[in-house]
Amino acid sequence: MKFIQKFFENTKPYVQKGAKYQWLHSVHDGMFTLFFVQKNTSKSGSHIHDYIDLKRTMGLVVLALVPALLMGMYNTGFQHFSAVGELSGVGFMEIFLYGFLRVLPVIMVSYIVGLGIEFVFAQYRGHEIQEGFLVSGMLIPMIMPINTPLWMVAISTAFAVVFVKEVFGGTGMNIWNPALVARAFLFFAYPSQMSGDSVWVSLGGKQAIDGFSGATPMAEAAAGHPNIDIWNSFIGLIPGSIGETSTLAILIGAAILVITGIGSWKIIVSTFAGGAVMGLILNSFAGTNAYMALPFWEHFIIGGFAFGAVFMATDPVSGSQTERGKWIYGFLIGILAILIRVVNPAYPEGMMLAILLMNTFAPLVDHYVVEGSIKKRLKRVKVNA
Amino acid sequence: MSKHFKLKRGLDIRLKGGAEAVLGSAMQIKTVALKPTDFPGLTPKLKVKADMQVKAGDALFFDKYHPDILFSSPVSGTVKAINRGERRKILEIVVESDGKMESLVFAKADPSALSRDQVKTHLLQSGLWPFLKQRPYGILAKTTDVPKNIFISCFDSAPLAPDYSFILKGQEKMLQTGINALAKLTDGKVFLGLPDGNAGFFGQLKNVETNIFSGPHPAGVVGIQIHQVSPINKGEIVWTINLLDVLFIGRLFETGKIDMSKIIALTGSEVDAPKYYPTIHGACLEGLLANKTKKEVKERFISGNVLTGTLVEHDDFLSFFDHQLTVIPEGDKYEFMGWADPGFNKFTASKTFFSKLFPKKSYVLDANLHGGERAFVLSGQYEKYLPMDILPVYLLKAILANDIDKMEQLGIYEIVEEDLALCEYACTSKVKVQDIVRQGLDLMMKELG
Repeated sequence: MKFIQKFFENTKPYVQKGAKYQWLHSVHDGMFTLFFVQKNTSKSGSHIHDYIDLKRTMGLVVLALVPALLMGMYNTGFQHFSAVGELSGVGFMEIFLYGFLRVLPVIMVSYIVGLGIEFVFAQYRGHEIQEGFLVSGMLIPMIMPINTPLWMVAISTAFAVVFVKEVFGGTGMNIWNPALVARAFLFFAYPSQMSGDSVWVSLGGKQAIDGFSGATPMAEAAAGHPNIDIWNSFIGLIPGSIGETSTLAILIGAAILVITGIGSWKIIVSTFAGGAVMGLILNSFAGTNAYMALPFWEHFIIGGFAFGAVFMATDPVSGSQTERGKWIYGFLIGILAILIRVVNPAYPEGMMLAILLMNTFAPLVDHYVVEGSIKKRLKRVKVNA
Repeated sequence: MSKHFKLKRGLDIRLKGGAEAVLGSAMQIKTVALKPTDFPGLTPKLKVKADMQVKAGDALFFDKYHPDILFSSPVSGTVKAINRGERRKILEIVVESDGKMESLVFAKADPSALSRDQVKTHLLQSGLWPFLKQRPYGILAKTTDVPKNIFISCFDSAPLAPDYSFILKGQEKMLQTGINALAKLTDGKVFLGLPDGNAGFFGQLKNVETNIFSGPHPAGVVGIQIHQVSPINKGEIVWTINLLDVLFIGRLFETGKIDMSKIIALTGSEVDAPKYYPTIHGACLEGLLANKTKKEVKERFISGNVLTGTLVEHDDFLSFFDHQLTVIPEGDKYEFMGWADPGFNKFTASKTFFSKLFPKKSYVLDANLHGGERAFVLSGQYEKYLPMDILPVYLLKAILANDIDKMEQLGIYEIVEEDLALCEYACTSKVKVQDIVRQGLDLMMKELG
């Protein structure tokens, strides 16, 4: 390891301001800090600092995403081979490998485009490269349908990083969750390619078998004939966006986030609670509408509800930042997601819009919590006076 | 009957190198110094020149804007040097001790029998007044104010902090006299914050109102105790003083002399045998530290504790309010993939390292930042370490935005740097919390006076 450290230390003078390769400064700094925690020590204030930093925090979120990603890869292969009717002839590794090779390019495009823009902005603004995109770059591929063309992934990633993150000032300053905006951008910019039944299953140029539809369980439910295979939906062997299908894998990720304290359990719990409440309310008005009659817990295992609740709503920057606000914020996401899903005919998945909407309103929720704290303080003065 | 406040929020940082309850042998102190920089916002005016002879209690300098607040020499001897920094800012007034400890003679008196003005004059003339701190802002107490209450914490909960009951053993009488003097200065009460359990003789002190505080650090921080007992509202003024400094006041009234000898705790993982040592207020560290540290790695010397102390050199001086010296590794080296380490041996406030599985072990922590500075990203982190009804991140953001109204509304009057020190330790984004708080307090003072 000594020689890597020597390399970075020796090359440092060449990338300083005014030196020959100064345009490489942010790249050098980014790589150096990735490999080595720097030797900077406290100059003022507290002399000791916790070992945790943003790299570890973001690294743990990526780790929490891994189970869902692996299941997503497997499912991509599984859906492919079932659609072309060759499932019985292939083994586990073959199925996984097919998915791996299909998913990998999407991840690479997302990271290369996003990090590239991050590096340019960091260099231009003269600050350190920030870790936020490590997570966004993984989230973006996971919420894409597998047949999304790579150029669309690239455009939506670029849009999200530039217009949702960097124009606001980078990591920690954004109003909306960048990954979700990338998805929303595609959804509204290329509706014909991004919806319908043909984007969810990779056929790989082969002919699908007779009777194959490719529709997600949610699309079927929205069409009025819910037919949910509970076990497959829970395990994740249904058509859907790459990372969202396996509720089981998402729960493993949720456990990692909650145990390490990085994801807010309050938001996760209140989102599911909100979804349950809305599900029950709709049930009571269901009548002959089969989708409205769907038990609330079946909503949790189809579509992106679980993925959104665990990985998107818990984004600390775009979500609510006060402890009391988190309960309200999560609860409303749950309510809105199910409401949009069932009642709105235009958007089959309500989670994306529910979270983006609540991202927008999170500062308002926080505002009232903060006002509450201020009022309490004022009241104290009056009592004493 | 005293009220018991059970605080849940906070954290005890388990460091190696706590002082053993043993008093080491006294070392000869050749030089002492007063550092005007220990007082935020103070503009010092010198009263002495180099080579002048002084006695203990002779004023070395005074506050330019409150000329009756004197800062006096802790020892008798010769003024050796006046060290200045940039723009001739006075950093240290160094006095070389003649070893005789001769003191100016003040009137011996029972403070209970004196008037408020007499007690005040006594404290001002002897130079003991500067031990009184005012809240809001954490600055020197003003002579014209009458505080609502005076608060004293009877224990220090900071990492490796000295044990007050050990240091003050056998000093009941002096302490009581000191407290009687303080009681004269306020129309309200003198509040003592006692630790849960073994409060020693502190519980028997009279002329006070006691409260019991239990829970992790910062339960012993006086600002937290004030917030629990009677939070500071706009326009109110309370004073605080360290219990160990009350001893100096007690001695003044009991003996009529200035006796600034004190016991400090020498602590930290790099100290060979951490224990208590007798020394003098403002003593040079060189004598204190000689042959007492391990010298295995580059060492960092801190006057005070690891959270709020002042970074000092080994030949520097003990700061005005400190009763503790801490030596930890500097830690100025690169760590390969440190952020990805499973971390069995890394103490953390978060739950992201495996060290969390060993709740009893104590650790060596160095002064490395362990990461780059970032914007606020995580939420709900600071609240866990601040047992106050305050929204710390919103307050800090108001300070950064120079928004005076918001700062006031969100409770700037109730805090000083040390109250939020633990938040700075635990911060993932390495935000300089204490610097920001001081910046906010300075702005409030400038704008509102």
